[in-house]
Amino acid sequence: MTAQTPVQVGKKAEARDYGPLTTRMFVRYAGASGDFNPMHYDDTLARSAGYPSVFSQGMHSAALLASFAVDWLGAENIRRFTVRFREQVWPDDVLTCSGEITAVSPNEGGFLVTAELSATRQTGGVAVSASAAFLVPVLPLT
Amino acid sequence: MSSPVGTRGTDYEMVVERGKIAEFAAAMQSENPAYAGPGAVAPPTFLISSALWAPEGAAVDHGFDRRRLLHGEQEFTFHGPPPRAGQTLRVSEQVVDRYEKPGKKGGMMRFAVVVTEYRGEDGTLVAEARKTLIETAPRGGTS
Repeated sequence: MTAQTPVQVGKKAEARDYGPLTTRMFVRYAGASGDFNPMHYDDTLARSAGYPSVFSQGMHSAALLASFAVDWLGAENIRRFTVRFREQVWPDDVLTCSGEITAVSPNEGGFLVTAELSATRQTGGVAVSASAAFLVPVLPLT
Repeated sequence: MSSPVGTRGTDYEMVVERGKIAEFAAAMQSENPAYAGPGAVAPPTFLISSALWAPEGAAVDHGFDRRRLLHGEQEFTFHGPPPRAGQTLRVSEQVVDRYEKPGKKGGMMRFAVVVTEYRGEDGTLVAEARKTLIETAPRGGTS
């Protein structure tokens, strides 16, 4: 691997913002995923349960972080995606997604690349963190 | 009645559909070309939507109080390239672990780990989803 190889340990992805998030986005994710927990789109119900408003599905934030990760390391290359849910995400939040490569090992057909990823709220709190593995094919030398 | 470790739900069929992938990609704000067209690839967390295909009784019962239920961790593992539009998968879920830990404010937190297997038509294991569910300790400190 040369210094130009994009999959070197320590390499960081250019961060990307998602948001401000809206209830409409939560509804769209509910339909796409089939998670129709009303806490994510029924504001009256969420307030009656003691929340300040509706809040995002944890898996919605995870999906945004996955979107960021595959644009970086390849949609077909994904082999593992592990997410931990840390903080709730609210309407008008902006999630900043970032990632860093933490391991690269030779593997059949390419390199198995491990990346640590996080989606951070505008408050600095981490909403979702993830670890992902991608099998990145070896590119022919040019 | 909560399902003990080893309980397996009824298996069912999931068809990986191009339109559903496009809908999911829109919800994840992705314009990645791999998620468009007849050979669209399933996004990393797409298999969560298999719940839409599950008939009654296919889900195992975590047995936790919904008001104290948290989703702690979710993992998707692919044993090769992720599934593509047009593939049919056999889906089944199983409780693989249950454990308890003392809560910070007393009482016991309960954990359940559920693994969902996605197999190809020839029986090959294509992908697995592993979720950790948490029931927080009840108020009052007893469980």
